[in-house]
Amino acid sequence: MAGGAPGGASKSEIYKGNGPKLLLPAWLFIGVFLVMPVAIMAIYSFLTKEFRGGVIWEFTLAAYDQFFLDRGLFGDEPPSIEWTYIGIFWRSIWQAGLATVLCLLIGFPTAWFIATRDVKARSVWLFLITVPYWVNLLIRTVSMKFLIRDTGPLNEFLLALGVIDTPLALVNTNFAVQLGLFYSYLPFMVLPIYAAVERYDFSMSEAAADLYASSWATLRLVILPVVKPGIVAGCILVFVPSLGAFLAPDLLGGAKTFMIGSLIEEQFKGAAGNWPFGAAASMILLTIVMGVLLVHARAQTKGER
Amino acid sequence: MAKPVDLRRFTGFRAITWLCLFVLYAPLVIVAIYSFNDSTSITRWGGFSLKWYVDVFTGPEAPKFRDAAINSFTIAIGAAICATLIATAAAVAMNRAGRFRGKTASLALINLPLMVPEIVTAVASLVFFITIGFKTGLLTIFLAHIVFCIPFAYLPISARMQSVPDMYEQAAMDLYATPWEAFRLVLLPLMVPGILSGFLLAFIISLDDFLITNFVKGAGVETLPTAIFGSVKQGIKPNIMAISTLLLGVSVVFVTLSWIIGRAGQTKR
Repeated sequence: MAGGAPGGASKSEIYKGNGPKLLLPAWLFIGVFLVMPVAIMAIYSFLTKEFRGGVIWEFTLAAYDQFFLDRGLFGDEPPSIEWTYIGIFWRSIWQAGLATVLCLLIGFPTAWFIATRDVKARSVWLFLITVPYWVNLLIRTVSMKFLIRDTGPLNEFLLALGVIDTPLALVNTNFAVQLGLFYSYLPFMVLPIYAAVERYDFSMSEAAADLYASSWATLRLVILPVVKPGIVAGCILVFVPSLGAFLAPDLLGGAKTFMIGSLIEEQFKGAAGNWPFGAAASMILLTIVMGVLLVHARAQTKGER
Repeated sequence: MAKPVDLRRFTGFRAITWLCLFVLYAPLVIVAIYSFNDSTSITRWGGFSLKWYVDVFTGPEAPKFRDAAINSFTIAIGAAICATLIATAAAVAMNRAGRFRGKTASLALINLPLMVPEIVTAVASLVFFITIGFKTGLLTIFLAHIVFCIPFAYLPISARMQSVPDMYEQAAMDLYATPWEAFRLVLLPLMVPGILSGFLLAFIISLDDFLITNFVKGAGVETLPTAIFGSVKQGIKPNIMAISTLLLGVSVVFVTLSWIIGRAGQTKR
């Protein structure tokens, strides 16, 4: 099974010989406006910073040095490990991980439920789950902030019900950021799991039931191994964009929930104005993400053999 | 005999699905409701009114939002058209041109914009345009948008092309149609639903983008998301809720259209 060329249609040779020509525009656009920019960004991470943005074209490792090493206030102490930025990356990984778990806990049952409906109902359910994804992410994040803010409808409602006496301070907490990430990327979890469950042959669970497996044992021992690829794909699709997310941490979080996206943004748009450092942080983020994707791709090809 | 367990129905999964829908829709519905609030305070409900919608079109910030909307829609239409053309050509190459060197790499390249984190693309685009001395503005937004729209246009177009058997084109070529005629007169009409959904998805993705746009937009140029973000930084105002509701409506209409077109294409087969 070749992953890249699914089905028989791709073997069609109607326009044989035209392949490279037809792909030229895609190569040109993505090559010039994405691959080359990333290469230039990599170069930037080794350049000297100009104050208030911009670079001086002199090679230096200063950006990476600043990221990983602490040389004291005046830069003359023996270097020790600088924990500030590693800490921000670690917190981002943690936040993105928790958001992924939250998505999995809600997304798996949802995907399962949808995949076990009849065909017509399935497409309606899927549509309902995906519509919010196509609504502007900024608007969704702002809406979430409006809903959970101290004097927002959620708190007003809970106060009126008498469930709480004082408004819940939800905005500017880690939970708000996770909720925002969950809200942003949930469909990415549901869709691949749905695709895996849809392919699952339910006579296998009937066989398990005939052999006196409880429904939870069946879920764990029979179904989970089959739908695992979908779960892994969903987790990656949620984790990767969560890791570099900007809007949810920026709007729903505060200074305490600072994540990678905000760290990078601040170097270019905010007060920090250190472009080589921003480029270096982007390179480190890109390396982590590509690492995750590569490990996944290798595991997948191994599994297919 | 063990009692027959229906394994398709785990208890509670239905409830979780409803909870899921509730979490997804509640914030949007609440904002849509409050956009019709008559009160100036965003907290208190002061009765139904359309005054914030009037404010969006005639209020003090109306020119700003109008310019931003014009920019947003111009870029979205242009970028979606370009991305759809590029993606259609790429889909033909991937599905109809047999084997050739670099095919696997091409698929990876088309999907690359989905894999690179958005903030990284934003930074890279900014330093790229500055390095080659390209003045940031509408054109840089447009170029950056085409790139990340390509995979979104490609997905439905390629999926559709896979499901259309090539026997119709074979027949046309047996009747001495040139490859271009076979494409234009036979494949293209069959591809209309896929191409339309690809275009619509690319359009929405472009219309929605904030992060990359914010980096490459240059001073004084705003699209709707960057204008909204600028306002929200000073607090959520009712006119922002009205404009958000309008944009939400546009997205929902377009996605629904894309869905209906995709379905029509499926049933026709």
